[in-house]
Amino acid sequence: MRFKVNYEIALTHILTRKKQTIVAAMGVTIGIALYIFSNSIVSGFGAYSKGEMFKSAPHLRVFNEDKLSEPLLKSDKNLVVITNPKITTLTNNIVNPFLLVSEIRKQEYITFASPQVNVDLFYINGNSSLKGQSNGVVITEADAMFNIQSTMVAGNLNSLISDLNAIIIGSGVAEKLNIGIGDNISVSSSLGIKRIMRVSGIFTTGNKALDNSKSYIHIAAAQQLLKQNSNFVTDIYASVKNPDEAEIYASKLQGITTYNVEDWKSANADQLAQDNMLGTMTPLISFCIMLVAAFGIYNILNMTITQKMNDIAILKANGFKGNDIVKIFVSEAFIMGSIGTFLGLTIGFILVSIMQNVYIGAPIGYFPIFHDPKVYLTGAMFGLSVSIGAGYFPARKASKIDPVEIFRK
Amino acid sequence: MLNREIILSTKNLCKYFYDPQEFKVLDDISFDVKKGEFLTIVGKSGCGKSTMLYCLSTMDTNYMGDLYIDSEKATGKTTDQLAMLRNEKIGFVFQFHYLLPEFSCLKNVMIPALKLGKYSYEEIEHRAYEKLDMLGLKDQALKEASKLSGGQQQRVSIARALINDPAIIMGDEPTGNLDSKNTQIVFDIFKQLSQDFGQSIIAVTHDNDFAKASDRTIEMADGKIINYNKLFE
Repeated sequence: MRFKVNYEIALTHILTRKKQTIVAAMGVTIGIALYIFSNSIVSGFGAYSKGEMFKSAPHLRVFNEDKLSEPLLKSDKNLVVITNPKITTLTNNIVNPFLLVSEIRKQEYITFASPQVNVDLFYINGNSSLKGQSNGVVITEADAMFNIQSTMVAGNLNSLISDLNAIIIGSGVAEKLNIGIGDNISVSSSLGIKRIMRVSGIFTTGNKALDNSKSYIHIAAAQQLLKQNSNFVTDIYASVKNPDEAEIYASKLQGITTYNVEDWKSANADQLAQDNMLGTMTPLISFCIMLVAAFGIYNILNMTITQKMNDIAILKANGFKGNDIVKIFVSEAFIMGSIGTFLGLTIGFILVSIMQNVYIGAPIGYFPIFHDPKVYLTGAMFGLSVSIGAGYFPARKASKIDPVEIFRK
Repeated sequence: MLNREIILSTKNLCKYFYDPQEFKVLDDISFDVKKGEFLTIVGKSGCGKSTMLYCLSTMDTNYMGDLYIDSEKATGKTTDQLAMLRNEKIGFVFQFHYLLPEFSCLKNVMIPALKLGKYSYEEIEHRAYEKLDMLGLKDQALKEASKLSGGQQQRVSIARALINDPAIIMGDEPTGNLDSKNTQIVFDIFKQLSQDFGQSIIAVTHDNDFAKASDRTIEMADGKIINYNKLFE
């Protein structure tokens, strides 16, 4: 298959000016490599910090929000009512929780739902005590949701399935109270209920605040610590198929319950805002780099066109339309851009692959970066479209050359 | 000759230059060119003969009056339509060869035909070889255009002008840069084209010997045609 004459001319120009082509392509290469690298970092960090959030935050959380008393009279234009609003919620539990859990499980977008009883307590070993929070859970469901097993450093989860006296504590708690697997620890709730529990597992999440305070106990044990019966549930945690759309599911779920439904995004708004800022700044910087690369292409094409005024004039005399001239030079820019983009993607791929194997130590482990197909796809489209854009302006100028002016010189 | 078809004609062609001041460079030019006619245009520098040629070539559209090529009105067509018309019906030979330096002679000759797209690639290649052969350049075909001598380059550019078998070949001082030997070669080619192939030649020239040997010579002065059939003493 032979190229159309326009593309053949473009290709010949490119091949006879290899050095300039490479210089122009190199600008794009650097721009795209940096684009790939920096955006992979953004995706990597985003995924990492999301993973960190999901260690403790469920995709959706249903709970009973404190409600304020409302005045009997409402303020209007003529009347100002001064009230002293008070919290009217006596307990924060969810009424008839198991019916609600089974309702939630019926929703097609929910993958898991599990009741929880969260209780504030003190861990006591001899004279030392530590404040913390314990999650009363059905351990199999909680494990499915938070993958607790993967964070375990000692012991196992199984004893929590039936043993009301078993407790799994964070590594920080274990260290501070100097206790290990099989040791007894006394816990005391805010209501003054004390319980002696046996440490059956230790986890470490890498999040110091969690490791120093959190523990898991059987849901019934938590209910006992709060002097409540087995119908007492403070929270229902739920996982959804696509956590990125949690807010949509939250509003759907809100439709079937009067309790508050909170998605992980609004629970972690501050962290997400930080990630978003990084996600905005980085493409902006790589865009600026690409702009410089685009000027490289623009310059070299401009130079080529100035040198090739005669050629353009004779092509036009011989019947090439303005559009043909534009095609010739835009394809040259496209070829330069393609070479640059391809090399840029390759170098970006290599850089990301290298960084993936860089160990930066606990708690992060390996550098949080990964090959995101979306980044490569947008990078390729970005590189090509910027190159074509940079080629279009000189090409249009070339197409407007008046051959008569050239021949009469 | 008188009964032959008209291939190009102008009616009341006028053109002004506005910079630096208004100046009537072509004044009411009307004439016909017949099929197979070898026409030369002479006149002193600045008399408007080149300007007229570029108007006839359809590259300059900024004139008043009408231009007909092959009984088709060229005046008022869009630049794209005119480009197509030039591609098919007009071949150009300039004082300078204007060959594309990166391409072989063969490719240079082929380009206008590839643009026209009337024949297949192989056929165009074959035709280009024929044209180069006719101009005695077959053995130079695959050389880069920039590596040839001036006379050879000019002949390649003539081959390029001929590739689409145009009805009209326009030349702006086609022998201006050539020595007498090469001038004679170019002249013989033009003569052969008009006599044997019925192609019309319109050439602007300063060379009186060249003009004298053509079928007809138009003499211009101050934007007007002062002699439609100049006779040389």
